[in-house]
Amino acid sequence: MQALSIVELEQRFQAKVDAEIKIEPKDWMPDTYRHTLIRQISQHAHSEIVGMLPEGNWITRAPSLRRKLILLAKVQDEAGHGLYLYSAAETLGIDRETLVQELLSGKAKYSSIFNYPTLTWADIGAIGWLVDGAAIMNQVALCRCSYGLYARAMDRICKEESFHQRQGYEIMLVLAQGTPEQRQMAQDALNRWWWPSLMMFGPKDADSPHSQQSMKWKIKRVSNDELRQRFVDITVPQAEYLGLTVPDPELRLDTNTGRYHYGEIDWTEFKEIIKGNGPCNRQRMRTRQKAYTDGEWVREAAMAHSQKRALKMNPTQAT
Amino acid sequence: MKLNLICINFAFLYYSHKRLSQYYLTIIILLNIMQTTWPLWEIFVRSKQGLYHKHVGSLHAADAKMALENARDLYTRRNEGISIWVVEAQHITASSPDDSEAFYEPANDKVYRHPTFYTIPEEVKNI
Repeated sequence: MQALSIVELEQRFQAKVDAEIKIEPKDWMPDTYRHTLIRQISQHAHSEIVGMLPEGNWITRAPSLRRKLILLAKVQDEAGHGLYLYSAAETLGIDRETLVQELLSGKAKYSSIFNYPTLTWADIGAIGWLVDGAAIMNQVALCRCSYGLYARAMDRICKEESFHQRQGYEIMLVLAQGTPEQRQMAQDALNRWWWPSLMMFGPKDADSPHSQQSMKWKIKRVSNDELRQRFVDITVPQAEYLGLTVPDPELRLDTNTGRYHYGEIDWTEFKEIIKGNGPCNRQRMRTRQKAYTDGEWVREAAMAHSQKRALKMNPTQAT
Repeated sequence: MKLNLICINFAFLYYSHKRLSQYYLTIIILLNIMQTTWPLWEIFVRSKQGLYHKHVGSLHAADAKMALENARDLYTRRNEGISIWVVEAQHITASSPDDSEAFYEPANDKVYRHPTFYTIPEEVKNI
């Protein structure tokens, strides 16, 4: 068979993508497609891992055993999601250690939302309801991503995330129907988490330089602004049911389109957090680095143990 | 810390030279200090009795026992399985998508392998 030129290979690749045929690890793909996916999937994985920290903060202080068990299960799920995603990234030819080092050195990014602090128990409700809600909105679209492994990981994650959002809303519901202080706590959490949640969808379409190529490759299926709009449209009525006020004076329902108009996002705050200047950026990185360093002897010991056992079982294969 | 381990291992080697296997063991441990990354395992789960094991993903673990336990925690948190297989990824040989045309070609022109290839009169029943 005659070797195909890069242009021909790229045309074949795009034709497959256009025909909705999933791309699998060993298939030919353009280098930029590979690198875009590695960046996106690993950022997503890092977000799941760092995302355990704000909620982990409340495991020991959950208000009841029921809430504690739920929160433990949720945080464990986030760890699992990180691992599905790291595995998916590894199929693109990058190893786990490199991915972890990129996070620890600050080279790789993770979602800006996890750099905000969790000040009260209501924050755990707001995170489940809003942050996981926004994540689901984004991830449902990614279930149709052209890269098979990413799509399959997303499929699994979406099924598991649904409980995350519902437990969060339930926390908000209990607080909103509680004492005036509890109600105020719920409102305060909504005030602090609303705008950062809208930022989770990324820059406006006009300011999102990679979006167009990602749409063509079907890595991205729905634009940032459209996903953000869908999130606002479904979330505002949920806030109304709670009897809480969304902290946006410009928010109003456009009766012609049936969609909500919302105010301008503070993109300066978003950019500062991406740069590392959010309220908890340094704390989050320190925690991850400490976990990695403290766990090093365990990883080494486990490996030494496994090799010792292998040797005992088959001494002739010692090399 | 790594340097300490190397020293300990050299001491171990020196005092236990009578047993060759321990020498090998030391070499292995030394190699391991340079390469502590846990290998990759592919995970297969049987979701219920009567079905095949199906590939669900992969994970890193130091050995097979740890791979099984990690697979349980990672892939069966909601009763997704009743049986798990773990296989170290390096032991899997996969066909190449680049050769798939030639590789599967032998089956392409053998339409007679399908029941619809044969014409049977309508009067004939139960065939």
